[in-house]
Amino acid sequence: MRKLKVTGILVAILVLASCKKEIIDKVAEFTGFQKPVNFPEPAYHFDTNPVTREGFELGRKLFYEPRLSRNNTVSCGSCHIQTSAFTHHGHDVSHGIDDRLGKRNAPPIMNLAWHNSFNHDGGVFDLDMQPIVPITTFEEMDETLENVLKKLKAHPQYPGLFAKAFGSEEITSARLLKALSQFMVMCISADSKYDSVMRNESSFTAEEMQGYELFKQKCASCHKEPLFTDLSFRNNGIGIGFNGDVGRYEITLNEADRYKFKVPSLRNLKYSAPYTHDGRFYTLDAVLDKYSTGMRYVQNIDPVLDKGNSTYGIDISDAERVYLKAFLNTLNDEHFVKNKLLSE
Amino acid sequence: MAGLLFLASCKKEGKEPEYNQNELAPLSVEFDNIVGGTNLYLNATTYTNAAGEDYTVSLLQYYVSNIKVYKADGTEYVVPQDSSYFLIKEGDQASGSALVNVPEGDYARLVFTLGVDSLRSTMDIDKRTGVLDPASGMDNGMYWGWNSGYIFLKMEGLSAAAPVDGSGQNKFRYHIGGFGGYSAPTINNIKEISIDLNQAGVAKVRKGRTSNIHLMVDIGKVMSGTTTVSIAANPTVMFSDFSTKIAANYAAMFSHDHTEN
Ligand code: HEC
Ligand code: HEC
Ligand SMILES: [Cu+2]
Repeated sequence: MRKLKVTGILVAILVLASCKKEIIDKVAEFTGFQKPVNFPEPAYHFDTNPVTREGFELGRKLFYEPRLSRNNTVSCGSCHIQTSAFTHHGHDVSHGIDDRLGKRNAPPIMNLAWHNSFNHDGGVFDLDMQPIVPITTFEEMDETLENVLKKLKAHPQYPGLFAKAFGSEEITSARLLKALSQFMVMCISADSKYDSVMRNESSFTAEEMQGYELFKQKCASCHKEPLFTDLSFRNNGIGIGFNGDVGRYEITLNEADRYKFKVPSLRNLKYSAPYTHDGRFYTLDAVLDKYSTGMRYVQNIDPVLDKGNSTYGIDISDAERVYLKAFLNTLNDEHFVKNKLLSE
Repeated sequence: MAGLLFLASCKKEGKEPEYNQNELAPLSVEFDNIVGGTNLYLNATTYTNAAGEDYTVSLLQYYVSNIKVYKADGTEYVVPQDSSYFLIKEGDQASGSALVNVPEGDYARLVFTLGVDSLRSTMDIDKRTGVLDPASGMDNGMYWGWNSGYIFLKMEGLSAAAPVDGSGQNKFRYHIGGFGGYSAPTINNIKEISIDLNQAGVAKVRKGRTSNIHLMVDIGKVMSGTTTVSIAANPTVMFSDFSTKIAANYAAMFSHDHTEN
């Protein structure tokens, strides 16, 4: 009897184990860029930079390559950590080389193939040009692109890897940047419970469904499905930050853009705390508190948040909060943060 | 002596060849940086601006692009864009001129862009080679990463009028750029410069030699013109509304001195 039970458990474990392994293997297999069926057409220019296995793998190696920084200590992956949905977990503003502090919270490298601008202020409009920012920023990697190319050229592996990806050993800025993009556009999060519901593979619980309805009423005008951002720049009334960051204004010099920031996605909030451009909120409840009770007028506050009579915010009752959080929880995608294909 | 030579060569090449888009010959445009009536020497000579402030210049560089030439009858030749971007760097002999090829002929007007046009500023990274490669000359970088775009003109120097900065120097920094914005309009400091060559000598472009349009570039005008720029009031000007005033000033800094044919 007892023996039987043990074997039974053993078999079960073996089955589970092999099952899990299969999933991981399947997942870790490179299949090129594939648009999830519930997603719109991507914005990235695949015509000038098609994703190939070799290009992607080179991009991944570069993403985790500390030689991209002045003293070879900081990689892209230092601030964009996969297990934190490619954010800088636990840091309100990220810190880089020599522990110098930046002024903003590191956003996730997630579904960027659908974005048409980058950073909290949208100052970069082509994903290919984004890596220049951290590489050359004093507080981040404090390097020059020129010197990075020099280091890669002198490296025993890179010339060969560039040849595999691009046909010759030449290492240029364009190739470096395009390889990084090939990796980044593959960082797709589309395997949350929400996605499986949208693809009719499962269904919401009653609570989650209530939360979804509330979400569509109260949040979706900015946090638009399925990316959970409409990619616009808005002021969501959280108030001016500790460093007075003016956000989008820095790029447009338009007074109407002062204190506006790009609407972030709400996918993977479980992994990506702290929140908002300066990481001032450490918990989801703190953000919801701000929306429901803590909001005051600030220049350019979004009209959606104007409740009349000089009051601002979004009404969220205690019950509604429970539902909303249940729904937001369906946006967490464990597969994304564990996907071996995207790991170092 | 130069005048004599000039006359002599003029006489020799008097007849203008037939215009043929396929028969190209070299033309160079020389950018000779000066301040008022004196030559520009980096880190050496002290100059005085219209606001009465003394300064020296430690760095001066700017982009020249999209070169076009016109004959007296209005015939226009646009240098193919891929060969029409130049970074003029004071103190670097090799980057004091823009060298292009145009059809043989006599040209009475030169037009170029001071800066990098918006189209190129938004092009695929594959198209940003040579002086537009963000990896080239990053030590005194002409590219803004955080606000994707090129710096059109960069001038830095020392002046007692400037406050002491983090490095302990009284430094002023003018980094002027802005191509008009990608998805939302913003400042546009792209300047098209048009220069009449009739007064100081049309460019007679012929095969087998290089006609050289010698321009004087009075970089003192960065700080004077429609707006008198005071280093004390504006020691650092980068991406800001005030930069448009500086750009408006420097659009007038080019004058045609002579042409070596
Ligand atoms: C020192 C920490 C740090 C390092 C190192 C770093 N980043 Fe970032 N990254 C950030 C921060 C902070 C932001 C947001 C900046 C802003 O909004 O101004 C950001 C933004 C981004 C974005 C824009 C995401 C979005 O949603 O708009 C991308 C893409 C990105 N980084 C990729 C990279 C790559 C590629 C590298 C390596 C070459 C890299 N990062 C290195 C901190 C870092
Ligand atoms: C008017 C547009 C708008 C509405 C409506 C809105 N948000 Fe936001 N939300 C934003 C913007 C903009 C930010 C980023 C602000 C910043 O970075 O300073 C943001 C940030 C957040 C964040 C932080 C995410 C992160 O990764 O940093 C959360 C969580 C959030 N919102 C949840 C919600 C919820 C839940 C609702 C509905 C109850 C909602 N928002 C309604 C515009 C909006
Ligand atoms: Cu840390």
